[in-house]
Amino acid sequence: MGQADSTSATCNTDDRRNLAWFIDKAVQVLVFIAGISAIVFIIGIFVFITKEGVGFILKSNYALSESVFNLLEDQKMPEDQLDAITVLEGKKFSTAEDLLKAVEGIIGVEAAGPYKEVLIEKSHDQPFHVKSFFTSPKWAPTSEIKPVYGTLALMVGTASVTGLAMLIAIPFSLGAAIYIGEFATGRKREFLKILVELLAAIPSVVWGFVGLSMLNPLIIKLFNVPIGLNVLNAGVILGLMAAPIMTTIAEDALKAVPDRYREAAEAMGATRWQIIFKVVVPAARHGLVAAVLLGVGRGFGETMAVLMATGHSINLPTSIFDSVRAMTATIAAELGEAAVGSDHYRALFTLGILLFLITFMINLSADLILRGVRKE
Amino acid sequence: MFDASALNIRNRKVEGLFRILFMLMTGLLILPVAIILAVLAWKGGSVVNMTFLFTNPTEGMTSGGIFPALIGTVWLVSVALLFSVPLGVAAAIYLSEYARDNWFTRIINLAIINLAGVPSIVHALFGVGAFVLFFRFGTSILAASLTLGIMTLPVVIVSTRESLQAVPMAFREACWNMGATKWQTIWKIVLPNSISGILTGIILEVSRTAGETAPVMFTGAAFFLPQLPQSIFDQTMAMSLHLFVIATQVPGVPENLPYGVAFVLIAMVLTMNSLSIAFRVYLRGRKKW
Amino acid sequence: MDSLPHKNNPVKLEVSDVAVRYDGRTVLSGVTFDVHEHEIFGIIGPANSGKTSFLKTVNRMDIFNPAMSFTGRIRFNGKDIRKWRNVYSLRKRIGVVFPLPVGLPLTVYENVALAPRLAGVTRRVELDIIVERCLARAALWDEVKDRLDSLGSLLSGGQQQRLTIARALSQDPEMLMLDEFSIAVDPVTTMRIEDVLKELKKEMSIILVTNLVQQARRLADRTALFLNGEVVEVGLTDDLFSGLVQDQRTQDYLDGRFG
Repeated sequence: MGQADSTSATCNTDDRRNLAWFIDKAVQVLVFIAGISAIVFIIGIFVFITKEGVGFILKSNYALSESVFNLLEDQKMPEDQLDAITVLEGKKFSTAEDLLKAVEGIIGVEAAGPYKEVLIEKSHDQPFHVKSFFTSPKWAPTSEIKPVYGTLALMVGTASVTGLAMLIAIPFSLGAAIYIGEFATGRKREFLKILVELLAAIPSVVWGFVGLSMLNPLIIKLFNVPIGLNVLNAGVILGLMAAPIMTTIAEDALKAVPDRYREAAEAMGATRWQIIFKVVVPAARHGLVAAVLLGVGRGFGETMAVLMATGHSINLPTSIFDSVRAMTATIAAELGEAAVGSDHYRALFTLGILLFLITFMINLSADLILRGVRKE
Repeated sequence: MFDASALNIRNRKVEGLFRILFMLMTGLLILPVAIILAVLAWKGGSVVNMTFLFTNPTEGMTSGGIFPALIGTVWLVSVALLFSVPLGVAAAIYLSEYARDNWFTRIINLAIINLAGVPSIVHALFGVGAFVLFFRFGTSILAASLTLGIMTLPVVIVSTRESLQAVPMAFREACWNMGATKWQTIWKIVLPNSISGILTGIILEVSRTAGETAPVMFTGAAFFLPQLPQSIFDQTMAMSLHLFVIATQVPGVPENLPYGVAFVLIAMVLTMNSLSIAFRVYLRGRKKW
Repeated sequence: MDSLPHKNNPVKLEVSDVAVRYDGRTVLSGVTFDVHEHEIFGIIGPANSGKTSFLKTVNRMDIFNPAMSFTGRIRFNGKDIRKWRNVYSLRKRIGVVFPLPVGLPLTVYENVALAPRLAGVTRRVELDIIVERCLARAALWDEVKDRLDSLGSLLSGGQQQRLTIARALSQDPEMLMLDEFSIAVDPVTTMRIEDVLKELKKEMSIILVTNLVQQARRLADRTALFLNGEVVEVGLTDDLFSGLVQDQRTQDYLDGRFG
């Protein structure tokens, strides 16, 4: 402790940048890099799944498909020549000229001459058809003759399971949120909150196992149906999975309603349930909608549980006892057997792009709604 | 007067009715899960013993233990933490101590929310595309753990940020006034006083990571691999995937075996979570300022 | 005027035409005065007249607070504070004590040893000496010498305020700025701290922001009156209290007609 007397008063302006200053600057840069890592990863996820999937969307090739053979037959191509070029069936060429050359190589340039037009113009084969991708209920990526990539059944599968799950989870989680947030007090409330938090922690593969080994026989017995792995099973499981998260967020939303609202209503002589339904719930509506949205997002993205509990068969369900297949589960089940770089493999990544975009929209809207609440 | 009190009684009845209704709803939410856990514990507990925990699966995974899967999960979780904890804590420090309230910070927050909201299978696709193929890590612990780490990064960031922000601003200002740099303030005052909150978040992350299946099944976890991994470039078994495999892919598994695996898995996860919660409750009770 | 004591000492802080803004809203403007060595410079004025903002500006807190900005020139030791390349070395030379006591959640010992440690003092013996000396000067040593290991943030309000002063002294400042330090302190302690300030004056410049007019009268060599974001009056304390004021508002304030 030196004496800060007149000696130091001789204009001490020593302000060299010392080690601490440089460390501070370095840390600032480092934490900034870490801070933007979340953005980097989100962009990375989009870029990498798009990179693998976009080849499938944009890819076009040329092949002798069934329709081309039919056309050739119509144009009276001799039987023996048709037979000869069947070896090329299903083989893919990057340009029509390559395909033509291959045909010429087998049956000769002259013999191929009359069919040139058909071969060049009708052999165009694109695995990704926007229309059939969204509207065809047929998902047959491993078909040897003509693979079909229609996601309608998968989307309907996901939607039906998520829808049923929400039908179950929304009333129960909102009810539980109201009970925990507005009725329960003190220790009971703390205990319930902890319990709900623990429920949210159960891994999805365990839920899937529960659907498979407990709910499955139960549904068969209760409803006398041949198979218990169906929309009902997965819906119940998914509902139980999503409910704790929705409860937590909904309870937060209720808690965020200022106490003065409740007090004002109380002063006007409103009863407890009137306060809850006429004041608190309307005031918290944005947060509650966000809770539901995040629950939907969770249901949409859930993989292992729906893989194990839906029955995993491609179906446009007509009742809750039909087995279905979900988008996520399709990727999980097929990625292992699809050869890297094949159309099938790329089609799965395209499904991934779709999932990413859907959940991105859901999360974005939930966030915007919650942000709106905070601004109010 | 009479009318008013009749109304009052009616209101009270309605309120009581609602109260019971909501209590029932809460109960119905918790009860099935309690039953499920009880069955898991009942059926699973019967197969879980020391031998089950510490031996390899045998006879095509239809008997024997879960040792390699258990160790594999420890590997996956540890490497994932090694990656995501420093990154997540640093990101939280940025957001809590440096970031200003502007559009850029909002984009970061949005990215964090989305990172948490993207389906696990999409994380898996990313892991395959980026780590397995592009960076040529192959299917390995490294690729799987990086995928897991990125997926659970939001857990670390959000919980760390919360505990950093719980340190009163006045402490920082007092430190700055003494000529401490921002980093010195963080290191000497902010971090030591939020470390327990950060730990709580990390325990929570461990529990999340240990239970994940989809992100590891194509990036580094193997169906069956009796030998233990030697380095982060090896494949490994994992508890979560092991449960999936013996529950759906292997014929002739005795009924109680998957229950045992599920029981161990859920015990791991719930223990971690309870630990994290207990820690939090303890911290709330301890006053430092 | 040359016979006035403060004029014999070199200037420590030169403030000329300083204005402070928060989010574009001007909270203080037209501040011009000098603070000399070995002087207690009092700043009085009602709440919200920009006193605290002024202290924060001198300490360059604006760089950590994007909403805050200032114009005009402030020189410390003759050097414009905007031109300090290492703002931390500026802050190290200026000790600040704010109205609400802040005991850092460290032990009492570490509270006081923090600044020397950051400055690179590592030897325990040296630290011991600094800690005892600073605590003693802040009139706290006798009360806490037996519990240096207890948490500083759990001391009583008055003790925490003296701990804050001890901490400010531990950074060996050339100038000390106190902002209404007596708010959280009982009258007896206030008197003790006032005695300490009179001692400290021999070593440094002191800016004393206070809401107690009589405190300024007891301690300050010169006093400035801040009112609604402007400086109404700067003058010798003795002059002000003997009615030699330039502005009628000063007289009104000193007479307790508002504030």
